[in-house]
Amino acid sequence: MPRTRVGVFVCHCGNNIAGVVRVPEVVEDARNLPNVVYVEDSLYACSEEGLSSIKEQIAKQNLSRVVVASCTPRTHEPLFKDACEEAGLNRYLFEFVNIREHCSWVHRHDPARATEKAKELVRMGVAKARYLEPQEEFESEVFPAALVVGGGVAGMTAALSLANQGIQVYVVEREGQLGGLVREVRTLFPTEQDTGELLGPLIEQVRSHPQITVYLGSEVENIEGFIGDFDVAVATDGQVRELKMGTVIVATGAKEFKPLGMYGYSGLPNVVTQLEFEKSFKRGADLPPNVVMINCVGARVPERTYCGRLCCSTAIKNAIWLKEQDPDAKVSVLHRDVMAYGVDIEEFYRGAMELGIRFLRYDVQNPPEVLGEKRAEGVKVHHQLMGKQIILPADLVVLTTPLVPREDSERLSKMMKVPVGTEGFFLEAHLKLRPIEFSTDGIYVCGSARYPSSIPESVSQAYAAAAKAAIPIRDGSVRVEAITVFCDERTCSACGNCVEVCPFGAVELQEGRFGRTASVNVTQCRGCGCCVAACRSGAMQQRGFDDRQLLSMIGALADEMVSVGGR
Amino acid sequence: MSSQSVLVIGGGIAGIQASIDLANMGLQVYLVERTPSIGGRMAQLDKTFPTNDCSMCILAPKMIECAGHDNVHLLTYSEVDEVRGEAGDFQVTVRGKPRYIDLAKCTGCGECAEKCPRRVSDEFNMGLDKRKAVYMPFPQAVPRKMTIDAENCLYFAKGRCRVCEETCQASAIDFEQQEEVLELEVGAIVIATGFDPYDPAALKEYGYGEIENAITGLEYERLICASGPTEGHLGRPSDGRVPQMIAFIQCVGSRDVNYKAYCSSVCCMHATKEAILANEHYPDLKSFIFYTDMRAVGKQFQEYIIRAKEQYHASYIRSRPGKITVDEQSGNPIVWYDETVFSEAGDSVRRVASKEVELVILCQALVPRGVHREIAEKLGLEMDESGFLAVRDRLECPVDTSVPGIFACGFCQSPQDIPDSVVQASAAAARVAELLRPNSRRPRDA
Repeated sequence: MPRTRVGVFVCHCGNNIAGVVRVPEVVEDARNLPNVVYVEDSLYACSEEGLSSIKEQIAKQNLSRVVVASCTPRTHEPLFKDACEEAGLNRYLFEFVNIREHCSWVHRHDPARATEKAKELVRMGVAKARYLEPQEEFESEVFPAALVVGGGVAGMTAALSLANQGIQVYVVEREGQLGGLVREVRTLFPTEQDTGELLGPLIEQVRSHPQITVYLGSEVENIEGFIGDFDVAVATDGQVRELKMGTVIVATGAKEFKPLGMYGYSGLPNVVTQLEFEKSFKRGADLPPNVVMINCVGARVPERTYCGRLCCSTAIKNAIWLKEQDPDAKVSVLHRDVMAYGVDIEEFYRGAMELGIRFLRYDVQNPPEVLGEKRAEGVKVHHQLMGKQIILPADLVVLTTPLVPREDSERLSKMMKVPVGTEGFFLEAHLKLRPIEFSTDGIYVCGSARYPSSIPESVSQAYAAAAKAAIPIRDGSVRVEAITVFCDERTCSACGNCVEVCPFGAVELQEGRFGRTASVNVTQCRGCGCCVAACRSGAMQQRGFDDRQLLSMIGALADEMVSVGGR
Repeated sequence: MSSQSVLVIGGGIAGIQASIDLANMGLQVYLVERTPSIGGRMAQLDKTFPTNDCSMCILAPKMIECAGHDNVHLLTYSEVDEVRGEAGDFQVTVRGKPRYIDLAKCTGCGECAEKCPRRVSDEFNMGLDKRKAVYMPFPQAVPRKMTIDAENCLYFAKGRCRVCEETCQASAIDFEQQEEVLELEVGAIVIATGFDPYDPAALKEYGYGEIENAITGLEYERLICASGPTEGHLGRPSDGRVPQMIAFIQCVGSRDVNYKAYCSSVCCMHATKEAILANEHYPDLKSFIFYTDMRAVGKQFQEYIIRAKEQYHASYIRSRPGKITVDEQSGNPIVWYDETVFSEAGDSVRRVASKEVELVILCQALVPRGVHREIAEKLGLEMDESGFLAVRDRLECPVDTSVPGIFACGFCQSPQDIPDSVVQASAAAARVAELLRPNSRRPRDA
């Protein structure tokens, strides 16, 4: 085997590094390291000049490994890897040593020790580089179709957007018709349109689109596979269809919380939820003259801490509807905070107050009380501004309750290996910056399955999910950086720790040549290393971070510490 | 055949996300940003609610991914001058202001700024400290290049200095640089111009600008930030002392028909986060948050507020203070408000109360960026009564503006937080893809 030839390039980064770290000393130190045949210092390794020098030296010195000690891998590693590749060296034979962020920036008041640390980091980098191996990036095909689970407003919008982008879409809806929860809603806020005005054309477009196939009265019975290659079993009336999908959008929605036993609900006939109110009272029907609404029923309480986000808007909408039907009606909304965020809802709320709808704040420690034996006759509440208890007469009490997760989200979550959060809604990859992606590639979430969302919010999320789900399909293939994990089947004890800790559902226990052992799906593995840390028998090894590579780094540091008698 | 290029205006988190998605769809993206770096408002935040993620730490990888994408053409320090045409076929003129720096040569080492003799107010730090006339807006700037601010440069004012030129080892200074005019053909336009903080001086009762120890939310954000002008030391303006009692006043200019009638949507959570951060820095510090309604409507928001109350000494007082006065001796602001006091029996009385604190943070309304009206006019876009870009149909296509082929996402079209802006950015990308039907694969596979 030819001797490993390492080239080391130490960057000044102008004064960013060289202002603190004594670069010439680091260069001299590196010259004496095993297998190092070439060392260079560079004013800016990332400049045209710096990069061409790396390429030149790979050829001239016949380098088989390259180490660059410079600013940060975050911005610059791809640049140096590209340079290696352009000079004919596999990009995984490159090692980055961060002597700006890890040295000069954090130890700028101690140049001597910063210099020592830089030397140590370079020694470790060189030690690791000797054991680097060339890697090939894995590429797999993406099947050109998307699955949308759920045919409500979010699911239909996502399906239409995908289809309008030219992608084949399959929609699976559990009910016998499209429309989801919104079908049960009378009008929509803040436009006060009839629901049919939105749903009718939307359903029609979905049904007539040549690239959308809808399975009504159907459920997803099983999903297996990974991005680009999902095998989906859809059951319709006991018949099971096998479909292949490239990506999946979860749009299963949510349902209204039924407040059994609260405020006389289920005992008194004239205590109903907002959705029941919308369903049972139509235009022109005999409407009750005195209506009291109670908000935050079953929300923002210890057993269900979250805010339902759109319940306040629903109460405002229904209160306005009542007032418009009967301007003489007395409508009161008892609330804890009115969540009228943004432009439209705030305006809507102000409009409601101008119509004479009473908004009264109650304290959760001292909640309202529904009065009446056989029927609700009034609501007792502490009026905070008047400082005393008052009784509001009530012919109808409407309880505003939050949306809660559907019963089958737990089942779907297990089946697709995507998590649900503490409230039971699906949990996205990152609350802030990846709101509609799961950490598992190729599966996305939108609408109230993720968290209670108004229609504009659900629709935006649906479009966003359609953007994400379309990208891999349009690419035709997915490529995986070769820092994935593999299992050494000979030492694996099949304890399953790796399966448990993997955030991406990439590890499974399978029967193989050495009996039952862990097996990693390369397409799903993101190289986080959790399973490697959790493995009790050292069977899980990560490409580019295997035991030999990491131990050699520790060894390089320990040797030094032993030779100088510790520190 | 429609153009397979897209113009994105605004390089904050919404513009960045839209650009990444569009680029991943195989479209060519021209991202125009007015300032020298992308990053926008999110770059100025210390941490983000409700996860307390360091804002820059989660933003910087996105900035790098965006700028490094083969299909993204970053046009920083540039402005859109003119737009003609229609959906599928827009002609756009973009003006690139001269930075007086050769971007190909500048390494961003910052030597020139070290030597530059001219100090000016630093807008990234909300004017709380100084930068030089040659500068990089913040260390993680993308592109990581210097800019000479000609308005403040001594050479442009007096015809001599050029210290930066002598200093620069890379010979990147170019005082002869001219404005660059670019003509672009694009099929669609995405607007993501974000927000400006409303000037709270308009509300005389809160004394902003006169009361030294009354600062704004964004000023506070820079103070508490470890990479800010005080390295995270919360010294109050009058004497640099760390306060032990601070007050947040909510709805300063928001939900007020005299100023901005709408709710700015993010300030309740913003104040809660700032109260948590203050207490994390100084465990004895107490916060009082004066609010109208505590609008914590997002995922994990209520739980965040519970944590603020239970673990971080945050008290929530429902009241809109009428006035702030100052104790002459201590410089402490005194907040006057009406208070509802509950008895054990559940009865309540209301009375005028005051609370003396050491620092007041005014959580002011957020308004569309100053440049936004001009852009709207150039593009012929309708605005709503509050000055946000009007959308064609809030229910059916919440990111479509009044002009076909032009989409809007993030705060420029309605008040919203980071996740909602990110969602809308991706939504806008989907709408563009429906219009332009990109078919190309990634360049590396081409």
